[in-house]
Formats: sequence, C-alpha cells, structure tokens
Amino acid sequence: MTADLANEIMDLTVEHLVLVGVSMGIAIALAMPAGILLTRRAPLRRWVIGFANVMQTVPSLALFGFLIPLPLIGGIGKHTAIVALVLYALLPVLRNTLAGILGVDPAVRESAVAMGMTGRQLLWQVELPLAARTILAGVRVATVTTIGTATIAAAIGGGGLGVFIFRGLASVDSTLILAGAVPAALIALLADGGLGWVEKKLSPG
Amino acid sequence: MSALVSFRNVSCRIGQKEILRELSLGVEAGDTLVLLGRSGSGKTTALKMVNGLLQPSAGEVVVEGTATTAWDPIRLKRRIGYVIQEAGLFPHFTVEDNVGLVPRLEGWPPDKIQARVQGLLEQVGLPPAEFAARYPRELSGGQRQRVGVARALAADPPLLLFDEPFGALDPVTRVELQRQFLELRRRLGKTAIFVTHDVREALIVATRIALLHDGRLVLLCTPAEFLRAQGEEIRAFLTCLDTKVEPS
Repeated sequence: MTADLANEIMDLTVEHLVLVGVSMGIAIALAMPAGILLTRRAPLRRWVIGFANVMQTVPSLALFGFLIPLPLIGGIGKHTAIVALVLYALLPVLRNTLAGILGVDPAVRESAVAMGMTGRQLLWQVELPLAARTILAGVRVATVTTIGTATIAAAIGGGGLGVFIFRGLASVDSTLILAGAVPAALIALLADGGLGWVEKKLSPG
Repeated sequence: MSALVSFRNVSCRIGQKEILRELSLGVEAGDTLVLLGRSGSGKTTALKMVNGLLQPSAGEVVVEGTATTAWDPIRLKRRIGYVIQEAGLFPHFTVEDNVGLVPRLEGWPPDKIQARVQGLLEQVGLPPAEFAARYPRELSGGQRQRVGVARALAADPPLLLFDEPFGALDPVTRVELQRQFLELRRRLGKTAIFVTHDVREALIVATRIALLHDGRLVLLCTPAEFLRAQGEEIRAFLTCLDTKVEPS
C-alpha cells in the first residue's frame, strides 16, 4: 500500500465518521423526543411511525437522488447526504424509544404516579432508565446501518469511504473497492461491539 | 365531620360500565376499613379514588375535609401511602432508594432520608445492613412486599391504601405479613383502607368491613357483626370460611 493511499484512507475514514456521527446525532435528537411525545399521544402514533416506515422502504440510492432537486435540504454535497442518512436512522430510534417506554411494567408506572411523581419525574426517574436498554438497541441498529448506507453518500458528493468504492467500480479496480469497504466494515463492527457493551452495562434492575 | 376519608354518593363510570354506584361511607382516624368483594365488585376502583388515581363521575370523595378534586393531585398522593400487589417496586432502584422515594421527592436532606429508611427497614423486619443495597429482583415475594410497606410509610402519611397487598404471596408468608400489619398498626396507629377478596384476611385485619357487590355497598359493619350478618352475598363469603377439607 502506498503512503498516498494510506493517507487517503485515513482522511476518508474521518470524513465517513463525521458523516455518520452528525447524522446519528441529528436523528437521535429528533427521534427520541418524538418517541417520548408519541407515548403521550396515541392517535399521532400511526402517522409518525408510518412516515418513518415509508422513509425506510425507499431504496437508498433513489432517496439520495430524490433529494438532489429539492431546495434548501437538497443539492450536491454533504448536507444532502446527511438529510438522507437522518431519514433512514429515524425509524429504529423512534420505534425503540416508543417500545421501550410503553414496555415499562404498568404496575411500576402506576406506583410511580401513586407515590406522587410529576409527569417529568416519571419520565426521567422511571420510564427513561427502564427503557434505556431498548432505546440504545435502536441506536445501535441505526448506527450500524448508517455506517453502511453512508458509503452511498459519495454518489451525490457527500464524501466518505464510498468515494473509494465508486472510484473502484468506475475503474474496475477491486483494490480500491476494498480500500473503501474494509474500513467501513471495521467501523461498523467496532460501533456494534462498543454500543453492545454499553447496552450490557445499562442493566435494568 | 371527623372522618378522615368520606365517600359521598360516589359513582364511577368507565366507558359504558358503571363500576361503582352511589357509595357512601366514612373512615375514621385509626380505623382499618376493609373493602371486601369479588373481582369486579368495584373495591379497587373505590380505593383508587381516595388518592386521585381515579375521579368520581358523580358525588365526591373527601380526604381530610377537602374533596379529592380540589386537592393538588401531587400533594394528595404524597400524603397517602400506597401498597399494591407485587409491591410495584422500581426494579432499577435499590431497596434503600425505593423506600426513600417519597422523602426524596419531598426534598428531605439525604442524612434524614437515610436515617428514616434504616428505621423503616428495621420496623418491617429487613435488617438494613443486609437488605438496603439489594435490588428488588434479589428479594423474595414476601420481602418485596415488606419493602412496599416501608415505602408507603416513608413520609409518615396519616393514611395508607392497600390494594390486595398480600394477594400473590404463599399462604405462610401471607399470614406472617398479616401479623406484621396488625403489629405495625398497633404501634403506629395509622388509618388504612385495605382491599381484599379474602374474607379470612378481612376478618383478621379489619376494624370495619365494607362488603361490595356489583358496585354497591351491601353491608358496613365490624368483623364480629359480619360473622352474624344475613344476606346472600354475605353468606357466599362466609361459606369460604366453613369449607372443610376432607383428605381422600
């Protein structure tokens, strides 16, 4: 491996990590509060879950393509890629937040209310700690998928390790394809292992 | 009105179903009122109206001279201890944190909470050195229920509500806890409302028994009077006591 290639792998790996990190940050910041809100508003549930489900069914390359002509969020470049990745990551986080909180034993919730906890205390002291594991499992699934999907971001100028893959495809050079695919796979494995470890640490009593 | 709690023509309708019909009764300070009845008789519904978990659809429940609807709902609940079947302990809190919950919500200083928790655990027969740091999953059913009682007593509420607290326990543990309940009552002089479908338990713990059937109050009397009372539903419950076991 030449020093140039090694350097480029490093640069693109960092770019890839930033892409995934920013997308996951935004997705969590949107989906977790939305999930919490939906536990309090049953009628809204099917609409929001429906939207997230539909987003997930759109093939990723097509979604990147659809976004390009859109004003503000579209166009060529990183921000369009991030919008697409966020849309993909929403569902697992949203669904697991909902499932985690709704899965809290009704007897535990009732006794929290009967002890005189306010809605906020119920959420922070009982529901979120007991749902933490399930929510994190959703974050883990979303993160691993996002790491893979982010390679397609290169198709619309989003950068990241996908740059190698597309370049390799164009020049029929499997070394280049591997230079993108192997680090992406390694990142995914590390993220999966790391988040799995945190998940185990969050023992729900 | 010297009653600590009084039901005044209380009805409760959930959906189309009338769970409770025009219930009127009072609970004096120091009383243990047992709400006795079959499943679906409305006894738990009546209990939950005392601390505002449910609201009456007609009539009013008055606690310490104020209707439950006029109480600040949070204040009302923190003034009333609540014990349910399987205890409803928080699985992610230690025994100590479970028992100290209401004092913590009330903002007591930590050293005062700790002293209070230790004292309560002693009182319910769980040495703090051994049990304070355990999680609910590391306790037996009877021990969990004791923690539930300690938690209900934590902020020293004048009134305690028990919703079939010993329902899920084995018969031996059940008798032990009933005995402990009587002992705590003698020592602390708390007022209690106690829901059960077990007539034997009702006769043991009650100072007065209210028999409910289909959402209506059938009879309100002392345990001694209950044994002599007449009526179909009363007889149905008293037969449970008479059933002899004949080994085959």
